Amino acid sequence: MEQYSEKVMEHFRNPRNVGKIENPDGIGHVGNPMCGDVMELYIKVKDNVIVDAKFKTFGCGAAIATSSMATELVIGKTIEEAQTITNKVVAEALDGLPPIKMHCSNLAEEALEAAIKDYHEKLAHKKA
Amino acid sequence: MKTIYLDHAATTATDPKVLETMLPYFHEHYGNPSSIYSMSRVSKNVIENAREILANAIGAAPREIVFTSGGSESDNFAIKGVAQALRDKGNHIITSQIEHHAVLYTCKFLEKNGFTVTYLPVDHDGIVKLNELEKAITPQTILITVMHANNEIGAIQPIRQIGEIARKHGITFHTDAVQTFGHIPVNVDDLNVDLLSISGHKFYGPKGVGALYIRRGTKITPLIHGGDQEHRRRASTENVPGIIGMGKAVEIALTTMDSEAKRQIALRDEFIKTLLDTIPDTILNGHPVNRLPNNVNISFEGIEGESILLNLDMEGIAASTGSACSSSSLEPSHVLLSIGLTHEFAHGSVRFSLGRNTTKEELDYVAEILPGIIKKLRAMSPLYKK
Repeated sequence: MEQYSEKVMEHFRNPRNVGKIENPDGIGHVGNPMCGDVMELYIKVKDNVIVDAKFKTFGCGAAIATSSMATELVIGKTIEEAQTITNKVVAEALDGLPPIKMHCSNLAEEALEAAIKDYHEKLAHKKA
Repeated sequence: MKTIYLDHAATTATDPKVLETMLPYFHEHYGNPSSIYSMSRVSKNVIENAREILANAIGAAPREIVFTSGGSESDNFAIKGVAQALRDKGNHIITSQIEHHAVLYTCKFLEKNGFTVTYLPVDHDGIVKLNELEKAITPQTILITVMHANNEIGAIQPIRQIGEIARKHGITFHTDAVQTFGHIPVNVDDLNVDLLSISGHKFYGPKGVGALYIRRGTKITPLIHGGDQEHRRRASTENVPGIIGMGKAVEIALTTMDSEAKRQIALRDEFIKTLLDTIPDTILNGHPVNRLPNNVNISFEGIEGESILLNLDMEGIAASTGSACSSSSLEPSHVLLSIGLTHEFAHGSVRFSLGRNTTKEELDYVAEILPGIIKKLRAMSPLYKK
């Protein structure tokens, strides 16, 4: 098995913000069971700031750790700040991922993108 | 924390008695078996002794045994060697969809070099469909290679019947017996095989040594060219300590095999029953009866294998998975897909393989720990909605 950093293992052992948010302001649903990972990211937004984030993930150790780290990184950020969180940022915050696991961090970036897109759409819908 | 090792299908610990037998051949009797002085004769004699032990164990003649570096080399030698030797006769090879990569990728390699390969399907229990074999045979077919038992799901294949069919058509037949030799009876005449691969470290011998049985009269081209060792069928100075160690491991396996298989089957079946009874949405992969005595392969719906393994590892339990996340590809195990599992189930597979030192207490402990791990991961999974 690939060697994970202590930080990855720490997030894997004690994942932060697992679960769902009732009436979320944005949902990102990405991944595919065929590839072995699926992530759902829920965000709650107040005055353009992400005040809460929760996730559910089907996947390996890296997928679960990156999901957990991504929620920690986005909480308290404005939507614009959250958009700068790339897969690299998440992986670096975990002290790196084994090369074959880098695709797991893409999952977190894509989920965040999707959740923000959903938030914008819901917002536009409300205004309309 | 004491490790509960349940990955004996991956490798076994070298038996201390085996190691003890090997040690003098590193520094005391280190002569090259090919030299003529008396020191070398010692090495030569012990190799021939090991060859006889192994030959007797499988009902072969010593001349029919070639020592190799392990299971992968034996498979490569058998398949490439026969393909090369019989190329003028035909270019078609038949194998199964559930072979070890040492066979599968060797066949893929040959496909790139002008051979055609038929990959036989298996049923839901992982047993090769015999009727498909008859249909696949053409006048071009020169080799059939089907494993004795599958390394992931433990399904034991109808090798004897496949051998009969091969013989009827005059086709050379190879089996990869890496998972079976030393664990269940393997006899080359009972199995109707022409070539058979063996690996030392799967039955408490050392790593880096194996053997290929080659029935007398079988046409085969060497894989490794060079010196005259192994009757010119495999060049390279012999791995003397390894060969002696494997010989000793064979001796021990023969005396313990029957009772050990019986013991493991009882442990295996109880463990399977407990897991299926206590954890919902869980299935057994592989044939319930025609399976290796030590193999338990279970899929847990909605969660991924590597995260199960990491959780088990935290509790000191070593097992393996057929999930994609344990490999560099994103595809789950070809074996699990071949038996018709959905990706959701294939990614959630865990293999526990028992060994000589596995106790009921250890398995009870795993059965106690596992439900909590599965529950925790399922609570986290967007795919498990129950």
